[in-house]
Amino acid sequence: MATTDATSTASVHVAEHDHHEHYELNFWRKYVFAEDHKTIAKQYLITGIFWAIIGISFSVIFRLQLGFPQMKLEWLRPIIGNWIEESGKLSPDFYLALVTMHGTIMVFFVLTAGLSGTFSNFLIPLQVGARDMASGFMNMLSYWFFFMASLLMFVSIFLETGPAAGGWVVYPPLSALPQAHKGSELGMTLWLSSMALFIVSQLLGGINYITTVINLRTRGMSFSKLPLTIWAFFLTAVLGLISFPVLLSAALLLIFDRSFGTSFFLSDIYIAGEALPNVGGSPILFQHLFWFLGHPEVYIVMLPALGITSEIIATNSRKPIFGYRAMIASMMGIAFLAFIVWAHHMFVTGMNPFLGSVFMFLTLIIAVPSAVKAFNYITTLWRGNIRFTPAMLFSIGLVSFFISGGVTGLILGNAALDIQLHDTYFVVAHFHLVMGASSAFGLLAGVYHWFPKMFGRMMNDKLGYVHFWLTFIGIYSVFFPMHYIGIAGFPRRYYSFTSNDFTSNIFQDMNAFISLAAIVTFSAQFLFLYNFIHSLIKGKRATVNPWQSNTLEWTTPVIPGHGNWPGEIPAVYRWPYDYSKPGAKDDFIPQNVPYSQTPESNLPHEKELISLEQAIEAQNFNDQFKQPH
Amino acid sequence: MVYIVGLLSLVFLALAFMVFGRLTSVMKSVGTSGEQETYGGTSNKINGAMFMVFLILGTIAATWSFIHSTQYFLPEASSIHGRRTDGLFWGSMAIVTASALLTNILLFYFAYKYQYKDGKRATYYPENHKLELLWTVVPAVVMAIMVFTGWKAWRDIMSEAPEGAQEVELVGKQFNWIARYPGVDNNKLGAFNYKLIDNNNEVGIDYSDEAAFDDFTAPELHIPVGKPVLIRIRARDVLHSVFIPHMRVKMDAVPGMPTRFWFHPDKTTEQMRNETGNQNFKYEIACTEICGRGHFSMKMNLVVEDQESWNKWCAEQKPLLSSFPEYASRIPASLKAKAAKYLPTVGADTTSTASTGGVASSGSASLR
Ligand code: HEM
Ligand SMILES: [Cu+2]
Ligand SMILES: [Cu+2]
Repeated sequence: MATTDATSTASVHVAEHDHHEHYELNFWRKYVFAEDHKTIAKQYLITGIFWAIIGISFSVIFRLQLGFPQMKLEWLRPIIGNWIEESGKLSPDFYLALVTMHGTIMVFFVLTAGLSGTFSNFLIPLQVGARDMASGFMNMLSYWFFFMASLLMFVSIFLETGPAAGGWVVYPPLSALPQAHKGSELGMTLWLSSMALFIVSQLLGGINYITTVINLRTRGMSFSKLPLTIWAFFLTAVLGLISFPVLLSAALLLIFDRSFGTSFFLSDIYIAGEALPNVGGSPILFQHLFWFLGHPEVYIVMLPALGITSEIIATNSRKPIFGYRAMIASMMGIAFLAFIVWAHHMFVTGMNPFLGSVFMFLTLIIAVPSAVKAFNYITTLWRGNIRFTPAMLFSIGLVSFFISGGVTGLILGNAALDIQLHDTYFVVAHFHLVMGASSAFGLLAGVYHWFPKMFGRMMNDKLGYVHFWLTFIGIYSVFFPMHYIGIAGFPRRYYSFTSNDFTSNIFQDMNAFISLAAIVTFSAQFLFLYNFIHSLIKGKRATVNPWQSNTLEWTTPVIPGHGNWPGEIPAVYRWPYDYSKPGAKDDFIPQNVPYSQTPESNLPHEKELISLEQAIEAQNFNDQFKQPH
Repeated sequence: MVYIVGLLSLVFLALAFMVFGRLTSVMKSVGTSGEQETYGGTSNKINGAMFMVFLILGTIAATWSFIHSTQYFLPEASSIHGRRTDGLFWGSMAIVTASALLTNILLFYFAYKYQYKDGKRATYYPENHKLELLWTVVPAVVMAIMVFTGWKAWRDIMSEAPEGAQEVELVGKQFNWIARYPGVDNNKLGAFNYKLIDNNNEVGIDYSDEAAFDDFTAPELHIPVGKPVLIRIRARDVLHSVFIPHMRVKMDAVPGMPTRFWFHPDKTTEQMRNETGNQNFKYEIACTEICGRGHFSMKMNLVVEDQESWNKWCAEQKPLLSSFPEYASRIPASLKAKAAKYLPTVGADTTSTASTGGVASSGSASLR
């Protein structure tokens, strides 16, 4: 244990230095099997970016098929080989494989692992004031389980019979019967194994996030002073912890059905010239289990993005987030209701229509807290002093997508209207805007905002602006027209629209336009990639608090070392949103500034809080050594 | 439209060039770590203004593309419930589009209006309970109305089929639909069992049920106009989903769990041909649940005709039992008499089968 007096500010640097000499970790422990939450966050980020590139390129390939059905794709043969048929066209089997992999990768690997994994890991200890996660070891396991899941999924892409291809929802019997579909052979086995590992990773991570938030908050950091990011990550972890095990059991039962002859989801099937012995199972059961995770999952993807946005919008509007308590309440409402709306994905599966009615009412209730959040963001902008950093632009874009995509949820949640729209492009438009694009914008906003804290350098603003505008316009161009195509009745997961009269010969140019827009949007992401890598090496050095923000992570050194704060962890006295407080000298007052130091700006009830400060200061539950250890 | 897409692509190209033009200058500035930027700079103004530009151009583009697309939307529904849900749909769309537009306008306008100015200070405005209550309650009420109307429609659509509805059965398999009719004599669909499926008896008709004797199958669905039709839906292998876009009908086909959907078609194919001016118009049934390689091409034509020609069409169809008399061997002895009229006479029968023909012919022989 270092003996330097850590409380004396003068020796902070020495202490940090000292510390490193004592605990020099070897390369493997430091960068690969790291237990430091910041390193793990970066591992998640890099893996997430890797998957995003793959996932989005897949969508570009199948958009080529949809937008330009006549196009010869021979030039893709060097990359995807025999999946290009003799005729020079994409094989329908591979089309479905691409769609399935795109969905799986984007939802689970990019927007769940890449988003929560990066920012929950990075921000929870830094913003609640903890040295690290509750269990660094479990945290490390969590990443490496994710890594193994990624590896299996990646390998499955190269199989002779291709990866899973039954849609990202993998409904049996299609996914259970190898004789039904190429994608249900080895690819499906790997998909299920990969998801099982992925879920283990999510659970290990989630337990850690929850424990850290509950147990390791610094002195004075009560739940009512937590930044909204932390509230969001916390509730997300709770959602995941309750719902992912259900998907795990669904996956295990499906594995049994596939390999051990059980009949959980199979009944009365005649396929490939023979009647199968399975009776008594129910394919609908799988759908219930899947969507019991599936719907919370959409909020697992969305809540962290909303949390990140809350923080960024408040900081860059230089205003407190409007309705802090209402924001927490609506997140809790959403988190609770998310568990009791799942069957709105199943209105026309033959489920009891009475159940349909119940789920329809519940679904529309969940729209209320979602609407409240949108209104609160808008009011936060009102009479602000807005700085358009790239992160801020992406956050505003997120709110726009969340609104435009969210309102169609009201249509789809209406069972009577869902009859016509279910499984058409209208649904594709809805969920890509409300979840895909919004959550991706949350991820991008987060990277732009916390890049300085992660890597000690700034990203280039100008490139960020260009990246934002191309992506924002591009995404609307891709998904807005899909509403029209959906209203015209175009079913989703169709390889081509030539078989039916009601879809052939119409909207061809619209589909071409969408595909072009998708290509432009995809290309624009390379600006980001360039910016990311370039700034990593050559970016301008960051200052300690480049955005003049209130939360605790900006009280650490520019590049926080192991243990985050070289000396004692700061105590917290106020909420994180004291921006532009009347009377205050600066337009921000960080959380660790006691009220006793800001008499000029204290509100009446805050004057009374001064008397509590000594008690807060004296507490010391989690940081007994007052320095990293 | 081709021109417009061409134009839009041009705009994109121009944009891309502009971006790359700027990029080169930006690249230069990337390396040289400039001094701390002040927030009121030109970039901030441009970004603020862009939000307004986006709002205005976006609204125009959305309106124009909508007007342009309406010609491709499905024509008015050909079923009674379909017109009801269409009305609800467009009503709800009006409400949600208006609210999305309004909130987006506020979002972009505030972003533009309250952009950073030196020396300005944001208003410390952390909450306003009245406002919050208002915008919780108003959406809740509007949504309650939308749900309530929707729920009533849903309840009616999903209610039990009315007495006297015409029943037909649709069976999905990779990758086509098979329609089965209750036949001309008893208007009842016979029992089925998936274990009885083979190449000829594709839907597994169970001939131990006398209602099955006159059932026939067809690769096309014919239904009479002007009366309720109940479709009983099954799947043989994997999930499928019956989608009749013009009727606003959709219901999954689930192996092991028969489902159903009833509706009241009130426009014949002929009428639609006249209305749309397209003499080749056909009602179609598509599949909307991913079912494998041929999912996109899994379709069936639907013919809606008046009762008379429907009856006539039915009478022309041959019960499956007549086409494949060997199944007579599955008929329990007590019912053989009833099946006789669907079976060819012995003389005609001799060529049709060798193995099971014996039983069949002996069955019919004993009748005489
Ligand atoms: C305003 C609240 C919302 C309502 C009422 C709502 C309603 C619905 C309904 C009814 C469906 C099923 C449509 C169908 O399959 O026919 C659906 C699909 C979907 N929604 Fe939402 N939604 C809302 C918000 C969200 C949010 C916030 C997200 C994501 C963060 C989301 C993501 C999805 C996804 C991924 C699907 C499609 C899944 C699939 O079929 O593959 N929704 N939504
Ligand atoms: Cu849902
Ligand atoms: Cu299908």
